[in-house]
Amino acid sequence: MNNIIIGLLLALLLGLGFAEETSTAQIDTVEISTAEVNTEQKGLEIMREVDTRDLGWGDMSTDMKMILKNKNGDEHVRSLRLKTLEMKDDGDKSLSIFDSPRDIKGTAFLIFTHALEADEQWLYLPALKRVKRISSSNKSGPFLGSEFAFEDLTSFELKKYKYNYLRDEVLDGIDSFVVETFPQYEHSGYVRNIVWIDKERYIPLRIDYYDRKDALLKTQSFIDYQQYLGQYWRADKSLMQNHLTGKSTTLLWENYSFRNGLTERNFDKNTLKRSR
Amino acid sequence: MDAPCHVKPQMNKISIPQGKLAAALILFLLSIKPLTAWELSGYVGIEDMVFFEQPTDPQQYNNYLSGVIEAELYHEWDNGNQIFAFVPFFRGAQFDSNRTHFDIRELTYVYAAEAWEFRFGIRKVFWGVTESVHLVDIINQRDMVENTDGEDKLGQPMINFAWIQDWGTLDLFLLPGFREMPFTGVNGRPRIQPAVDSSQARFDKNGFARQMAYAIRWSHSIGDWDIGVSNFYGTSRDPIFLLEDDATGKIKIIPYYQNINQTGLDLQATIESWLLKLEMIVRVSEIDTTFATVAGFEYTFFNVGETGLDIGLLAEYLYDSRGNRAPTIFQDDFFTGIRFALNDVQDTQILAGVIVDSNTFAQFYNIEFSRCFFDNFVLEVEGRFSNGAAPGDRAYFFRNDSHFRFELSYHF
Repeated sequence: MNNIIIGLLLALLLGLGFAEETSTAQIDTVEISTAEVNTEQKGLEIMREVDTRDLGWGDMSTDMKMILKNKNGDEHVRSLRLKTLEMKDDGDKSLSIFDSPRDIKGTAFLIFTHALEADEQWLYLPALKRVKRISSSNKSGPFLGSEFAFEDLTSFELKKYKYNYLRDEVLDGIDSFVVETFPQYEHSGYVRNIVWIDKERYIPLRIDYYDRKDALLKTQSFIDYQQYLGQYWRADKSLMQNHLTGKSTTLLWENYSFRNGLTERNFDKNTLKRSR
Repeated sequence: MDAPCHVKPQMNKISIPQGKLAAALILFLLSIKPLTAWELSGYVGIEDMVFFEQPTDPQQYNNYLSGVIEAELYHEWDNGNQIFAFVPFFRGAQFDSNRTHFDIRELTYVYAAEAWEFRFGIRKVFWGVTESVHLVDIINQRDMVENTDGEDKLGQPMINFAWIQDWGTLDLFLLPGFREMPFTGVNGRPRIQPAVDSSQARFDKNGFARQMAYAIRWSHSIGDWDIGVSNFYGTSRDPIFLLEDDATGKIKIIPYYQNINQTGLDLQATIESWLLKLEMIVRVSEIDTTFATVAGFEYTFFNVGETGLDIGLLAEYLYDSRGNRAPTIFQDDFFTGIRFALNDVQDTQILAGVIVDSNTFAQFYNIEFSRCFFDNFVLEVEGRFSNGAAPGDRAYFFRNDSHFRFELSYHF
């Protein structure tokens, strides 16, 4: 459970132009490998720009609602509060606290994200007052019965993926780069993702997730971006549609606030134990 | 089960000063802050316990109904750096008057600063890492009439100062007010035979020395390792039991609370999908020194077949140097268990385990199931079964007490 917010925003970055390439793959191996290097480089540069433009926000708090919908339209709502601390030379730290459903109210997750090493995660169970260190190997499993996997919600780190630029495309009237991303961390449920990046603002607009059999599994759209501190873009809404099951999950964010003066002390086990 | 002959019966019970503490805290809080942004939450539930064998004692029954309510009044201010919480609890139970009980689980004020936290009032504290038993966890008395799994606890008055540094957290505890372990009454189940006679409870210490306990703990996370080292001095929360004949020649079981110094270690390594766990204690009393440990692992297969299902396998070994004299049925036993988490909308979870005595092969089975309904309702089902216990084994007391427990609760 994790750095949900940050992750969502940033989780969108990846690109390689394989699909286009395969049809012409027989023509000239030398040219192709050069083309691949170029598209890999371009993909990486696009994503690095996405990463760079989102540096320096310090810390962030927000309230998030998660609306789970099944094929019949039945809805379940989860709400949580999220705090995230940007770390200089490491992955972000985040604390998420559940307000609903009521039976898990007060349950909280503390996560230290790392680019290459395994993340560190603690779970707080309020009924027992127990802090449990939990495995961070669970990347592909669903987050609280939603269509979001854990890996969809953890903070974006440039080194977690390899990239390939595919093409330019106009998505809903917005000029975009289309970039393929290949997860480099263990236990990912995806062989690749395809991300549409707004050319002007360098923010993700859409992500297609491909499962281990390379079948299109899910599509995530980012809706209603707002700019904060004159620089940082955050979506008010994100929709994840599962093409296999027909289920969907909508995330709604409210009350974003930045640079609240949070420190690492706000992300330790003592704080976890008094979170509510 | 040894009865030290120098121990004299203590009839006077000292009740903890919960009322005074409560009044003081509430006055304090009212004086500093208008009553805004107070949050109320909690649950109400009904429970049915069903025993399917005839009771060992004809004073017992086969079916027990009860109702429970726990509320939490919570307030935080000063950017969450100051917290007040009040958590009263009540269970009204059929037949067993000992199980009808009220407790203040929490009535606490917390002040958090950058390098320290001050926590004052009635609180619950958990230490430890293992699943089958909680050896190191000693601050609170266990509420054994609420559930025999020992995970429910009575509120403990305390002053706790935590010093938070780069090298870890150092917690100091002053624990005034000793609370005796509550036991199932003569009409209740499950219980040992005959029922424990709490009115005759005995103690190593009396007065102030019995009431006060002191504890210190250092805890830290270093990479994959989470470690805690603790020391507790005061009246033991777990009694040993004395067997005595009363005037008519009937056997009585009397709890005896020793004055102890207990040093504990808890350690967990979290490596990939493995959790490796260790707890150990050394407990020194006036009559003996005991060593107990529990060590094991939990391995989880996540998202099996991409269905969202997690399957966890657990194994732990339990040892207590007191052997058959230990006030526990787990002295040289193996625990194995399996945990299913469906990660569905209803948050369905199942935990099934068995503890096997490595000498007698007596088995104790435990199954727990829980699932949400309509967002705010939770159904819990627990099954506890014992098998193969021979006379003389403590588990033999529970040979007829296999049961299911159903609880449906509404969370507000």
